[in-house]
This record gives sequence, C-alpha cells and structure tokens, in this order.
Amino acid sequence: MSDNRNVWIFVEQEEGQIADVGLELLAKGRELADTLESQVWALVLGYQVAPLAERVIHHGADRVLLANHPELELYRTLPYSRVIIEQVQAHQPYIFLLGATPVGRDLAPRVASATNVGLTADCTDLQIGDYLLKKEKREYKDLLYQIRPAFGGNIIATIVNPKTRPQMATVREGVMQPNPPDLEFSGEVEIVEPSFEPSDFALHVLSREIRQPTVKLKDAPVIVAGGGGVSSEDESRLIEELAHILGGEVGASRAAVDAGFFSHEHQIGQTGATVRPRLYIAAGISGAIQHSTGMDESNKIISINTDPDAPISKIAHYKIVGDIAEVLPLLINALREKSR
Amino acid sequence: MTYNSIVLVKQVPDTRTVTGDVMSKKGTMNRSAMPAIFNPEDLNALEMALQVRERYGGQITVLTMGPLKAADILRDALFHGADNVILLSDRKFAGADTQATAYTLKSAIQKIGDFDLIFCGRQAIDGDTAQVGPQVAEKLNLPQITYTESIASMDGDEIIAKRAFDLGSEIVKCKLPCLLTVVGSADRIRPASARKRIENKLAAIPSEYPAIVEKWAEFETETALAAYLTERNLEITVWTAADLDVNEDQLGLSGSPTQVYKVNYVVLESTESKEVPPTKEGIRELIQELIQEYIVG
Repeated sequence: MSDNRNVWIFVEQEEGQIADVGLELLAKGRELADTLESQVWALVLGYQVAPLAERVIHHGADRVLLANHPELELYRTLPYSRVIIEQVQAHQPYIFLLGATPVGRDLAPRVASATNVGLTADCTDLQIGDYLLKKEKREYKDLLYQIRPAFGGNIIATIVNPKTRPQMATVREGVMQPNPPDLEFSGEVEIVEPSFEPSDFALHVLSREIRQPTVKLKDAPVIVAGGGGVSSEDESRLIEELAHILGGEVGASRAAVDAGFFSHEHQIGQTGATVRPRLYIAAGISGAIQHSTGMDESNKIISINTDPDAPISKIAHYKIVGDIAEVLPLLINALREKSR
Repeated sequence: MTYNSIVLVKQVPDTRTVTGDVMSKKGTMNRSAMPAIFNPEDLNALEMALQVRERYGGQITVLTMGPLKAADILRDALFHGADNVILLSDRKFAGADTQATAYTLKSAIQKIGDFDLIFCGRQAIDGDTAQVGPQVAEKLNLPQITYTESIASMDGDEIIAKRAFDLGSEIVKCKLPCLLTVVGSADRIRPASARKRIENKLAAIPSEYPAIVEKWAEFETETALAAYLTERNLEITVWTAADLDVNEDQLGLSGSPTQVYKVNYVVLESTESKEVPPTKEGIRELIQELIQEYIVG
C-alpha cells in the first residue's frame, strides 16, 4: 500500500461542460486534502477536453490527469474504466470520489471491483476521523467517514474502509457546495495516454438523447411542493400557480409523483433531489422521512396539511392546518394583493 | 439461436412502506415489522429474461444469495416461469458488502457456466447502491448495459438495447455475453401463472421439509417427500461456500472491505413552529412576516 494521502476526484464532463457535481467534489476534495495535508488530483476524460484542465485547477486541483482521446468522447463503461483502473493501480490514491450520477454509478463499481476495494454509494457527507477496529485492537487514523442514508432514509450510516485503498465513494449531487474559482491557484497537468484492448469496444452507442432539465430544483430560491394530499388536477395547478408567483419551482413527494400529478423530475427526497431553498412550501405532504431527508435544510418551511400532527409539522416553521384547495388560493390572493 | 440467462435477485425488507410500526418514537427500527419482498427491479429483470426466452428460446436460471428464508422469492420466480433456481446460503456469506456479494455471485455464475446474458435489477431498495451488477460484470470481465429499459433485438452474439437514465437515453449495441441492469420503467413482471403455481407449490429447500411433512398428510416422512420432489425436479438447489471455488477470506463480513462504523437513527428535530390560521387575515400576516424577513421578495 502506498503511503500517499492524495484525494482523487473524477470530474465528469458532458460535451465539454463540467458537471456541477464535479465542482462540488473538487471543493469537498480540497477540504479533505487540506485536513490530510495532501493533494487533490482530478481525472478528466473525454475528447477535446484539454481546455477544461485550467478550470479544474482553479477549483482546487493540484494535478489534473487528462486523458484526451476520440474513443473517450462519449462515456462508455469499458474504455473509461480501463483508463481509470490503470491510473488508480499506478498511483494508489488514498481517497477516490465520484459523483453519484448515472455515469459515476456505472463506473465506480467497476473500478472498486477491479481493485478489490470498498465502495460506498450515494454519500451525503464525508469527514476525516479515526476508527478503532475492536477485533484487532487497532486504531486506524484519518480514515474517510462515508456518511449516507440507508433503509429508505430511516437511518444514517457511517461507513469506513480501514484496509483497502483507495477509499472509494460516490457522492450525491447537490449536497456539497462548490467553491468559486480561485484564479491564483496553480496546478500541473499530466497527459495520460490510454492503452485500450480490442475488448474495450464491445459496446457501441448507436444513438443518444440528452434532454436539458426543464425543472431546476437545485437552484430554485422557492419551492412549492405537492404531496399525497393533492387529489386533483385543479390542486396541482394551484401549486404551479403559487410557485410561478413566487418565482420558484414545483416540487413533489414520491406519493404525488406516483399518483401521476407531477413527473419524476419534480421529485424531492431519498429517491429524488436534495434541495435547500430559501422557502419551502409543503402542500399536502405528510413529511415521511423519505421526503424530509431531501428538504429539511430549507431556510423556512411552511406546511399546509389537514392533519395537525403530520410529521412535517415537526420541521415546519409555519404550520397551516387546512385543506390545500382552500389555503393555496388564500396564499395566491395575498401575494397578488401585495404586488398591486 | 437460443440464449441462456441468469437472473440475479434479492429478497429485501420493504423499505417503501416504513410505517409507525417500524419506526419507534425514539427513531429505532423494528426490522421484523418490515415485510420481506422480491426486490422490485429484480422483477423487471426477470420479466426481461422471460421475454428473451419467449422470442429466442433458452433457459432461465434465477440465483439469489441470502438466508434460507430467501427461498420464498425463488418459489415466486418459479411461479413466474423460471426454469431453474439456486439459493446461495451459508453463514460464511452473511454480512457481505457489495464487494463480497459480487465475489460470491461471480463464483456461483462460473459454476453455472453456460450463459449468454446476466440480468439484475438496477438496485435493491434496502441499500440503493446499484453496485453489485457492475461489480459482478467486472469480476467476470464482461461488458455491462446499466439502466436497461428494453431489448430491441438480439442477433447472433449481439444485443441492441435501450438505456434510460435521468435526462437521457441511449440505444446501444453490445457483444454477448454481457450483464444488464434493469430499471423500474422496464416492463412489469407478468402475473404468476396458475399452472406454474400449482406445479411448483411444493418446491422447497431441505430445511423446509419438516414443515411440509407436517402440513401435507400425503407425505409420511421427509424421505418420502424428498423422493417425490426429486422425481418432479422440485428441490430448490442450495449451494454453500463448500460448493463454490472460493477463497473464504473474501466471503461475508470478513471479506467485506467496508465496515459500518456507526448508525444513527433519524429523529426529526422539532423546530419551533408557529401555527397560522387558515384565514384571509392569517395568511396575509404570514406573507407580511415573510416579506419583512426577506424570505419573499
């Protein structure tokens, strides 16, 4: 095992655009590396992606491993994992983080499996700390605490990999805060030449469609979200209208998505987005842990619910006991009056 | 050309229906109050394998690792039309993380040997990791098609499939053998067939024999039952570590690189909350307050 304590970040890009989670991870990686007094190395793979290296350095990378090759233009499991597994085996980083995106969750388990290391999925927090392995009566110093919800969000587990390196984790999008670029920060770029095998090209992408997100929950200052209490199209339209007046987005709990009132893109919680808006209005949402885990850090929470004891009332700052069909129009009218 | 499939499945606690019975006020969890179910996306995976068999022919083997109780979902798989089922069960497998699980499954798949396709659900609802499929594919040195929603066609040693993920989709062509992870938006499992249900009702693992003998007067002894099941191919195969070519250091808890350091039960912290009357006046005052605090612009 190598004794470096470097933190590696896979910086995902799509058509030359760095994914937000890449910048979020660079910020977290920088913080971890500063604690460990080590370096942040970023992996950037793609084609014609050399211009991204400088930006990655400005976000805190000491070194960028840049693999620039036509076969890497579109993400495919085997060519990407070939390059990354080789680099991981050659340098043996201490920590390796990837975004818990469709790409990161496809790639990370390949790398972990090839190198026989532990991998924790979908972390919502990462810290450095010690771990006493009782069976061996041995304390492992400065491990990565990989913190994630489990059992549908009912528990928060802290996972460690005491013995294998790198300590690998995928990290949920939107939970870490990116840093603004620091134009003074300097780092090195190392060009990596891929050495592919013919078997790496077993899969061809025949066609590909990427939609632009139509729902932008993550950056919305205000979210009005509907839950299981939404029982008609009229009510879901009231939620949309209120969100529109407040300049916000429409959110939904799983119950409302399953009932067909909102598309999955609107879903907030354990199986949806994590948000922290300035104002969150929960309309007919009971506030089961699976939902609240995705919104409980909102600055102000208003709940509208017929049940005064619904779990949401525990975390709501303002509680309105009533039917959303009556309360939403009152809110809409009060806001319209105000703007007159 | 026919295609043989292996479907990897898991019995999971139904975390989607966590009710007051499961979570106590202190936030502790009573796992036995959660019903054990067939992992939902594994059913989508089984359906996809059944459709391949319908169109091209071949055999479907369903494989699970778990406690003996997991035989329940293997019977379900038989009711839905699986040809063979295998349970990997051994104390030595217990406590496995995804790496040790993938290693064990890989070893069992190598023992089964003859396959063109491996299917599994994208992820299991107890952990939501989506790791085991790709980890198995890597250990078998196979290509993978994650987030598969449908198979367009199979031709010779190639498959064309549609992948569906957040904000996008892909049509891919891949060489066989390969591993597919299947998403919940794929076709739902067909209903269990009444005929299969009757035929396979008694399918069992040996530890279930005493209960069957007690319930069904036709079988006087376990030996008689065993003979009956053998004759009809209704013995559910159980493989232990000794049946696999494995390095025991890589199994179960001791073979798992990840360790759970601690678990915190989620208790929502009470916030000081203000009750707003659902009246015109009440709402108006609330809006005023939010404007004063710069929450609403």
